Amino acid sequence: MRVAVVLLALTLAAAACGNRDQGAARPDAPARFGFGRAATAEEIWAWNIDVMPDGAGLPPGSGTAAQGVAIYARKCAACHGRTGAEGPFDRLVGREPRSGFPFGRDPRFVKTLGNYWPYATTLYDYVNRAMPLDAPGSLTPDEVYGLVAFLLWRNEIVTDTAVMNAQTLPRVVMPAHDRFVIDNRRGGPEVR
Amino acid sequence: MADVSISRRALLASAASAVGAHALWRVGHAQVPAQAPHTIVPPDPTKVPGAPLSELGRRSPFERPRRIPVGSAQGSSLAPLQDLYGIVTPADLHFERHHAGVPAIDPGRYKLLIHGMVERPTVFDLEALKRFPSVSHLYFLECSGNGGSSYRNIRPDLTPQLIDGLTSTSEWTGVPLATLFREVGVKPGAKWLLAEGADAAVMARSIPMDKAAEDALIAYGQNGEALRPEQGYPARLLLPGWEGNANVKWIRRIEIADRPFMTREETSKYTDPLPDGTARMFSFAMDAKSIITFPAYPVILPERGWFEISGIAWSGRGRISRVDVSTDAGRRWTPAELQSPVLPKCHTRFRCLWRWDGRETTLLSRATDETGYVQPTLEQLRSARGLGTSYHFNHIRAWRVRGDGTVMFGLEG
Ligand code: HEC
Repeated sequence: MRVAVVLLALTLAAAACGNRDQGAARPDAPARFGFGRAATAEEIWAWNIDVMPDGAGLPPGSGTAAQGVAIYARKCAACHGRTGAEGPFDRLVGREPRSGFPFGRDPRFVKTLGNYWPYATTLYDYVNRAMPLDAPGSLTPDEVYGLVAFLLWRNEIVTDTAVMNAQTLPRVVMPAHDRFVIDNRRGGPEVR
Repeated sequence: MADVSISRRALLASAASAVGAHALWRVGHAQVPAQAPHTIVPPDPTKVPGAPLSELGRRSPFERPRRIPVGSAQGSSLAPLQDLYGIVTPADLHFERHHAGVPAIDPGRYKLLIHGMVERPTVFDLEALKRFPSVSHLYFLECSGNGGSSYRNIRPDLTPQLIDGLTSTSEWTGVPLATLFREVGVKPGAKWLLAEGADAAVMARSIPMDKAAEDALIAYGQNGEALRPEQGYPARLLLPGWEGNANVKWIRRIEIADRPFMTREETSKYTDPLPDGTARMFSFAMDAKSIITFPAYPVILPERGWFEISGIAWSGRGRISRVDVSTDAGRRWTPAELQSPVLPKCHTRFRCLWRWDGRETTLLSRATDETGYVQPTLEQLRSARGLGTSYHFNHIRAWRVRGDGTVMFGLEG
């Protein structure tokens, strides 16, 4: 009887501390530990900068290519080229090749906003969070909308008078929008 | 740009280590600086008391393993695979890949915010993260651009470091993301999380929620100590087996949603254009791969005779189940010995005895993982992915041994 009790205790201890699936809760864990503190609305607002393809997260404000061109010349051209196609860093402008999507077959084609990016909203999100490289996070929403309008116009995706704002930007359809597919590799013998 | 183009500087660095190789064939562990610190070595160490105790250990001055930085703040530094034994990468040699440099973060002011589709938007400071039940696991971490230099424009003077130096293995300690998600109460319908870093790139990636349930961690420990700044100090996301970029360093925010966010790093970058005119996105898992790290360029075999071929294999889908080695350019394959423990999603050391007869030949290694996936040949991978692809280069690596004992990186066959 004593032995049985000891065995039972050992089994329980093993269950409590033994191996378990990585994500699974420990059987001895409470539903909640109560660590951490409630986030304030201001904290969330200050850091919640992402923008989604449907426009969620886009701030008020607006801009046009005419407004963007001057900002681009001042803050971006040194790294991305006078017209956006020259570099030395990532080429932002270019629609070649006009048909097909030969990037997998042919390494010679340079990927740009115009020929490769599937979502226009990503441009707002990225420029706002990470550019210019030497002063990230320094642009106002109007400046970012202006730069986005300028770069989309240079890529022949919107007209030179298009106004970019939280309503219009999510409606811009990028040339490469339909090219993207979800990963279909699953392990196993097939090479994909 | 994760497609690591080898700069002139990197090549010069590798050429510098090649100089040593002529004197000492086992270059891997013999990167002795030109002016070796002989001054500190007495003629007979048994006749004088040794150095005093110290607070912080240092490498022997005779050992100089070094990363090779390619780029500065924007870029990566490659781990010296040929200088490492076993499977663990010393933290100061762990590869780096940053998009806007290494941020300086005060752990006392560190915060991780979790919000979005949760019952209780919560802020965890570092102390709070460390109070949760923790786990420690050995996992490899690999940049998905690793191996790019061996796919196109292949050159014979590539070292294991220049080919595959963007992979490293560490013991990572942290709190399972699942634990934090139970704490904040994830709402029904949640499918994706955005992980965002506190670096100047404010690096952001969308991750499927399933990965959190499986094995994702918020890691704060690396090889027994706090994370190195280059690896995300004070806390990072760790997604075992998944491409490095998604393992967001310096993590400061997680937002939970019912759809992906489509950030720049999962659309413009880290997608794989395919020959059929589509581009694959969210290609997270790193497929099985292996590389022989000895003998490899710039090693010169001093004479014919016995050598131990050694290398590492790994798979983002689980355990390595076998590694086959060929010493005759792929005509015959022999199973290599796998050093136990063979852990899932972790480097596995393989070894194989080889008696070199002095003739020219090619050495190959081919990993198989527990899903039955076999490391493809260069031709197989090129026909599946096309020449233009920029990530996930896991084809078989080949080393050509010449009659004079020189070893060069080479195409198969
Ligand atoms: C000091 C140089 C520099 C400046 C100034 C700069 N950029 Fe960049 N930009 C870069 C680099 C480098 C990258 C690549 C970053 C990476 O891969 O992480 C980049 C990437 C980008 C990308 C993504 C390209 C792609 O195809 O993925 C966009 C868009 C962009 N920059 C827009 C801008 C805009 C708009 C400005 C002006 C507000 C700007 N940049 C200013 C250096 C710069």
